[in-house]
Amino acid sequence: MSSIKISGLNKYYGALHVLRSLDLTIGAGEGVVLLGANGCGKSTLMKCLNGLERPQSGTISIDDKDVTSAKGKQLRSIRRDVGVVFQQFNLVENLSVFQNVLYGAMGQRPGGLLTVWNSLAPNTTREKAMHCLERVRMADKAGYRCRDLSGGQQQRVAIARMLMQNPKVILADEPVASLDPKAGREVMDLLWEVVTEHKMTVFCSLHQLDLAKNYADRIVGMKAGRIVLDTQQVNADNESLAELYQGDTRVDSASNGYGLPGVGTGMQEEPA
Amino acid sequence: MSVEHKPLSASTPARFTSPSWFAWFVILAFVFLFAQGFSSAEISWDRLVKGARNLTTFIGQAIPPDWSNMDVIANAMLETLYMAIVGVALGIILSVPFALLASSNTSPHPIVRAVTRFLIATMRTIPDLIWALIFVVAVGLGPLAGILAIILDTIGFAARFFSERIEEVRPGPANALTASGAGRVSVIMGAILPETLASMSATSLYSVEKAIRSAVTLGLVGAGGIGVELSTAMRLFQFDKALAIILVILVVVIGFEQLSSVIRKRVI
Repeated sequence: MSSIKISGLNKYYGALHVLRSLDLTIGAGEGVVLLGANGCGKSTLMKCLNGLERPQSGTISIDDKDVTSAKGKQLRSIRRDVGVVFQQFNLVENLSVFQNVLYGAMGQRPGGLLTVWNSLAPNTTREKAMHCLERVRMADKAGYRCRDLSGGQQQRVAIARMLMQNPKVILADEPVASLDPKAGREVMDLLWEVVTEHKMTVFCSLHQLDLAKNYADRIVGMKAGRIVLDTQQVNADNESLAELYQGDTRVDSASNGYGLPGVGTGMQEEPA
Repeated sequence: MSVEHKPLSASTPARFTSPSWFAWFVILAFVFLFAQGFSSAEISWDRLVKGARNLTTFIGQAIPPDWSNMDVIANAMLETLYMAIVGVALGIILSVPFALLASSNTSPHPIVRAVTRFLIATMRTIPDLIWALIFVVAVGLGPLAGILAIILDTIGFAARFFSERIEEVRPGPANALTASGAGRVSVIMGAILPETLASMSATSLYSVEKAIRSAVTLGLVGAGGIGVELSTAMRLFQFDKALAIILVILVVVIGFEQLSSVIRKRVI
């Protein structure tokens, strides 16, 4: 049974061809790490997967439900089963940790905000939020404002919010890129523990090779908008992984036909 | 008319540069308008001397201020405060939906956004006194006209600042909630509005100060409050009464500004 299925995916921003006919299938319960240099299209792929960006051609399905054609209610019901962890945590900083975790359930029931606002939420929801916070070892910070937490703590709160949502599939877009190495490891450990406990499928983009090899079941490599590597973690050799970061890695680099104006040329080309 | 100064060498910039023709045009137009305006005010020694004499008469008659109908003045001042408070409260509450419809990240459609922005700009550009004149025609003399004028004036001012703040909110948290399947309205109320509260309270406090100042003058066109008393006193040449009213206004407005700055320090 496949959890995420991408076929023939193409995405353009204007003339820029970002995703170039991608095909990828991820099975249920699999832990896949997506590797690639900056600008190779990782984040765009992640955004397409939950419908925040629309591809020009190709299809994506999650749990056999088509994301690319879904709209309105349909799209929201797919998103409900997909938890997302962001590089920038994306908590509402002015509100309490507890309130942010409650927000994880916002899409679950009709009534939205009214059913998850701290003062109005039913007891069962509040208890569940507290459990989620305990799971990420942040229960003692429930009353803190998010802006008073460190980056690693914020990412743990974001994981609690994701748990609150009770998703089947997790998309993590460089979840540790803005953390220091130690905090990054803690967050990766926690994320993988949680994912294994709940038997969730996880698709996680990273740019640290060592992290990828420690956590992934399977490694997928992207370079200049294409998937150039797809291997079980045990078979991944350092040479082919290092290859991902060499040569033309960016989708907008000159040899891919999208030269950046002014780069590598003299001052003479400035308009008069 | 441009003066050319050749630089000494290619590397030394000229000591003087001539302004562009556009700058010359603006300067000339301004000088012309200023000269015209000055002469149309018909300022002469005669008038200045006469004016000074009239001013002395006014001050002579105004001092000492006449506090005899303090009860009337106090009631009128209270009515002014009520107008300001009711008007500014309703105005700020209404500003929130206007601001949400006018902001690029919360508006349901670009056309809705354009229409709302136009409405807000209209409310802002037409001065409160003119709104008051219009509402005096519509609902008659009295505080209701003043309240309506203050509501529109507040929306024109506050909705614009609210909307600027809303557009500055970083999109991440809203995206995160959208990605979890939450509806649009919940996302706006839950993730965008909370981030703007501090700035909105500061703007609201300033709106209150602004509303009190404008409530004082609205009475001059008959829209209720202490302005009515002031304009009556001036027209009947009861300058001592007028001075008492002006002093009361001064005390109340300054008092309110102090109070507001105390609250501001506490809130922010």
